[in-house]
Amino acid sequence: MAEEVKLFGMWASPFSRRVELALKLKGIPYEYIEEDLSNKSPSLLKYNPIHKKVPLLVHKEKPLAESLVILEYLDETWTNNPILPQDPYERAMARFWAKFIDEKLLPTAAKVSHSTGKEQEQGVEEVHQQLKILENELKGKEFFAGQSIGYLDIVAHVLFWFYSAGEASGVQALTTEKFPIISEWIEKLIKIEAVNECRIPKEKHHDLIRLRRESLKSASK
Amino acid sequence: MADDVILLDFWSSPFAMRVRIALAEKGIDYESREEDLSNKSALLLKMNPVHKQIPVLIHKGRPVCESLIIVQYIDEVWRDKSPLLPSHPYDRADTRFWADFVDKKIYPTGKLVWGATGEVQEAAKKGLIGCFKLLEGELGDKLYFGGESFGFMDVSLIPFYSWFYALETCGKLSIITECPKLVAWAKRCMERESVSKSLPDQYKMYCFLMELKKKYEGK
Repeated sequence: MAEEVKLFGMWASPFSRRVELALKLKGIPYEYIEEDLSNKSPSLLKYNPIHKKVPLLVHKEKPLAESLVILEYLDETWTNNPILPQDPYERAMARFWAKFIDEKLLPTAAKVSHSTGKEQEQGVEEVHQQLKILENELKGKEFFAGQSIGYLDIVAHVLFWFYSAGEASGVQALTTEKFPIISEWIEKLIKIEAVNECRIPKEKHHDLIRLRRESLKSASK
Repeated sequence: MADDVILLDFWSSPFAMRVRIALAEKGIDYESREEDLSNKSALLLKMNPVHKQIPVLIHKGRPVCESLIIVQYIDEVWRDKSPLLPSHPYDRADTRFWADFVDKKIYPTGKLVWGATGEVQEAAKKGLIGCFKLLEGELGDKLYFGGESFGFMDVSLIPFYSWFYALETCGKLSIITECPKLVAWAKRCMERESVSKSLPDQYKMYCFLMELKKKYEGK
């Protein structure tokens, strides 16, 4: 059945990694294809002509794009190990926080990784405010989804890349002192086998961030 | 049970229009509270502390925010009438993808067509017509994006029809010439009471957007 599901992804894309995590947690066999984003494959361009991005899931030759759309599709098609809550209000909340992470937190965090000086300082302050808001959602729970890992944990799991990005950019926005509850949640996450399998190689991640910072620096000259 | 459902609303918001349409399609009684966005109510700030924006649906005292999330919530709670999302997972994913496309492309690009000038506006015009043509391709010969029935993607897109006069006037465009199928679809949607009662008059919208534009230019 592995040929039925193909995932076009990229090792450093949090959006791609979260789909991999969902596939592993639900025990769905799949074939993974690593994309070179500077030289996109004809298959990627054929299956995702609108955005031309990863992740792209192809199931029985039918393409699906946009990580949050893909996660819901996986949950509706493979109903074992559900990742979204059953209750409509809980589902709405999970979707709301996923959107917050993707539209607010991740872009701000990217700004911190790729900037310097005042711009970076501003970015760090914004990330702190956003992390504080998000941390509130974890209070009194083991995971965002409750007793066990679910949709919002899968969407948010990229947070532990912040440590690695922080090391590369020289500024650590997510610290244990400032965010003890998120830090504790990350410790719990990485004990889960599937999550560990989706961890990005630290050195490679550092190199990528350093490269991006260099190219942005020379582009702005 | 209108007190069960409250919508924090604003007449010109395409996002609020989506929710009004969905509520009307389902025949749900609700109380609409028009917000003054320059002086947001304590209720709005309490119910949506993260974004402080409308629309907010308050159902039995609990807030749901973000228009597409609200519409899905409405569809899931009042599931027995006029389903907005299709039943097959692939079709559901497809409709969610296109609704997301409206948010990521139509809204920001459209804003630049009525809101910007010069090269920025020119690029936005090309971009917008390109997006409209993509949508026409997706619509094909169907009555609605949902097929035979008016659905989630139709709800997501139709509010932007209220921008058409502004887009054409500011952008010096003729959307009907460029995208006749899309305009025909929009007119079909407008025949539905849920839509015609939820969308403001295009000229009124144009005047409002021009006031907004002046305000931002003044900053």
